[in-house]
Amino acid sequence: MEFKSKDFTDSRRVLKIRKLKVGLTGRPNAAPVLNEIDLDIRAGETHCLVGESGSGKSVTSLAVMGLLPKDALEIQGGLIDLEGVEITYAKPSVMRALRARRIAMIFQEPMTALNPVLRVGEQIEEVLNMHTDLSQAEAKKRTLDMMEQVHLPDVDRIYQAFPHQLSGGQRQRIMIAMALILDPDLLIADEPTTALDVTTQLQILRLIAEMQERHGTAVLFITHDMGVVAEIADTVSVMQKGRIVERAPIRDLLTNPQEDYTKKLLMAVPNLAPRAARAPATAKDVIIVKGLDMTYGGGGFLRRSEGVKAARDVNFTIKPGRTLGIVGESGSGKSTVARCIMRLIDPTAGKVSVAGTEIAQLSRRQLQPYRKHLQIVFQDPYRSLNPRWTVARSLCEGPINFGTSKEEAMDKAAELMELVDLPRDALDRYPHQFSGGQRQRIAIARAVAMKPDLLVADEAVSALDVSVQAQVLDLLDDIQDKFGVAMLFITHDLRVAAQICDEVLVMQKGLVVEHGPADEVLSNPRHDYTRTLIEAAPGRHWDFANFRAMERVPALKGATA
Amino acid sequence: MFLYILKRVLATIPVMVIVAIFVFLLLRLTPGDPAAILAGDAATPAQLERIRERLGLNDPLLTQFITWMGQLLRGDLGTSLLSNTSVAGMLADRLGPTINIALMTIVISVVMAVPMGVIAAWRHRTWVDFLVMSFSVLGFSVPVFVIGYILIQIFAIDLRWVPVQGYKSPADGFGAFFSRAILPSLTLATIYIALIARMTRASMLEVLGEDYIRTARAKGVRENVVLFRHALRNAAVPILTIIGTGFALLISGVVVTESVFNIPGIGRLTVDAILARDYPVIQAMILLTAGIYVFVNLLVDISYSFFDPRIRY
Repeated sequence: MEFKSKDFTDSRRVLKIRKLKVGLTGRPNAAPVLNEIDLDIRAGETHCLVGESGSGKSVTSLAVMGLLPKDALEIQGGLIDLEGVEITYAKPSVMRALRARRIAMIFQEPMTALNPVLRVGEQIEEVLNMHTDLSQAEAKKRTLDMMEQVHLPDVDRIYQAFPHQLSGGQRQRIMIAMALILDPDLLIADEPTTALDVTTQLQILRLIAEMQERHGTAVLFITHDMGVVAEIADTVSVMQKGRIVERAPIRDLLTNPQEDYTKKLLMAVPNLAPRAARAPATAKDVIIVKGLDMTYGGGGFLRRSEGVKAARDVNFTIKPGRTLGIVGESGSGKSTVARCIMRLIDPTAGKVSVAGTEIAQLSRRQLQPYRKHLQIVFQDPYRSLNPRWTVARSLCEGPINFGTSKEEAMDKAAELMELVDLPRDALDRYPHQFSGGQRQRIAIARAVAMKPDLLVADEAVSALDVSVQAQVLDLLDDIQDKFGVAMLFITHDLRVAAQICDEVLVMQKGLVVEHGPADEVLSNPRHDYTRTLIEAAPGRHWDFANFRAMERVPALKGATA
Repeated sequence: MFLYILKRVLATIPVMVIVAIFVFLLLRLTPGDPAAILAGDAATPAQLERIRERLGLNDPLLTQFITWMGQLLRGDLGTSLLSNTSVAGMLADRLGPTINIALMTIVISVVMAVPMGVIAAWRHRTWVDFLVMSFSVLGFSVPVFVIGYILIQIFAIDLRWVPVQGYKSPADGFGAFFSRAILPSLTLATIYIALIARMTRASMLEVLGEDYIRTARAKGVRENVVLFRHALRNAAVPILTIIGTGFALLISGVVVTESVFNIPGIGRLTVDAILARDYPVIQAMILLTAGIYVFVNLLVDISYSFFDPRIRY
């Protein structure tokens, strides 16, 4: 795999940070949030800041922007220097004048980062109104020109649009146009592609590189995704618990990491090579889905609408102890399928048979006894556990509903806690007292408590850091071995799918475009869409866990990355 | 946009029909003979029969309802039993003062409460915030009539800046109207200032934590622009709801203030009608109040889509 290898030692230094310390406001003796950070970025360089959530990446960027939340965090020492001028304790008015002109920032989620009630064109233009004396007409002309530079189509129409009328990729292009319109020296990108689909991510990464090339901007790129780092970084800093533990050019870091923490991070990155195929199960199918259709909307009061066909003619079966993955981008219909099977929504047509019973058309009341055969784990454990309930209550509720006595349910709950590697005495705690990974373990324990035949995991590891992700995937594997539960694994992440699935089903716009053994689909995709997905996966030529190039790169016709 | 407004307007029709049915049944289903209720205790059987004949009470219920609805749609609300004049005319005379006072109240409330709420949210957990919240608690807890009498004592009796009581229409000169309307409006406004300031603060606090506020600051936008251009419009929907409900409540709930300040509005008309069992007037008042609620809510619903482009049904 080709890494960037340009040497920047002779370029102008844009940002210099020395021994920067950020701590809780008014508590200089408490443990610092950033502990003596050093950082240098030169013109034209892309410096990646990687680390797990809570490591201090975003705090670093906010400190540079002068946007630390005043009542929570403050700078307690060190130096931030922008182009030779110290801005560590600059006055708000000074910082305000620097923002957008000298330092600009783009954020993770372009939907929430844009103001929903203002037209996107106005939002870009506002930057010009704040910082320049351009007339209205000139400002508008420059805005439209910038929108063309970021390759937005039909700029006159999009200028008038509101954020919710644009796609995720278009919104992020608007953010980039807004950040770069005054040609700043430094662009801080805080996880700018994390919320986007892989194919869109690829386009946005290319756009940032193109803009950087054209304007010689220094880029501080914050991400947790090693694949992205491999594609775009010149140099990398690895952060852990508020410290920078390792700093190196990209090739050195990936081939010869020095620190244990860096090694641990890299080894947790799943690679795209599918898992070794397991012997096909011989038992009867746990679930049979035939011709499943789901159409949202339709009807209408004054105007008849067609409705959205979110899933069309979906067919599959899963055997006990085996995992089927459904992969696809947002809007592909993968979560719709999961929800139909769980009967959280009612499918428009088709058959779903679980444990020998046809459930697709049962009424809510008739369905009740079959619910325990099907259990689901959702993406965001922060929201899927009731914050006012103790873990014990969450774990016992289901079994008690199905006739288990309270004592028995409590005993079972304690066993489950051990199963998911959490202490028994944590049963009396509330969800907010656990980390994200621990919460997801609790969510899994809750699902397993019902002894389901089918466990549906809807993006169940997508919100977790890679190292935690690897542990949770292992846990799911263990549970499958122990109980022989069948699993339906919904994910947008091909690496995760490669790690855990026996079979893969690829969906696009509600249709199944490819379905087969994981090995075959991922290494020898037949459908163009599958191929596009695989090619868009960043860093797919690198085997992070072994610090070397992939031995067996999925051989794609005419593939270049 | 037009389609949305049309839908909302059409949706008000069933609500008003249900209210009309209820009002119609109110008199018919009250225990006893409506004619006897209307005629009072001292009526002779001949008088009763005449009333029955006049009101069509001898017809089947459905026929009566259709006749009544027909009159209603032509704007005929019946005749007051007390004054023997047309109810519609009585309402028209009394509605002006009430609506003028309500409008002035709501304008005072919004002009004071929204900036108070915005600043309290911006300076969250400082003495400014504390002051606004303390005032808000006070505004909620002191009864309206107490505030009214205190204001009269200070501004009308001690300082003699304004008349104690009474009402003049704006047509008689704005000064005359304003000097008489200001005390009742301030009295009524206290609770709405408290309510709207609280709602504004809560809604702004939520919005100020949003990502796009951080984006605005990252663009180098000045704080006042952040607050009023970026944040307030996003915080508008719950504030509008409170203002709308507040306005409707004001019109139906001015009984006490109109008594204290001796204003000839619909509040006093209602009290008089209830005390005299003037059923046609009471019916008209119920219809009117419901109509105002529905109309104001319609306006609020439509204004949502003006403030928030995502709202399109």
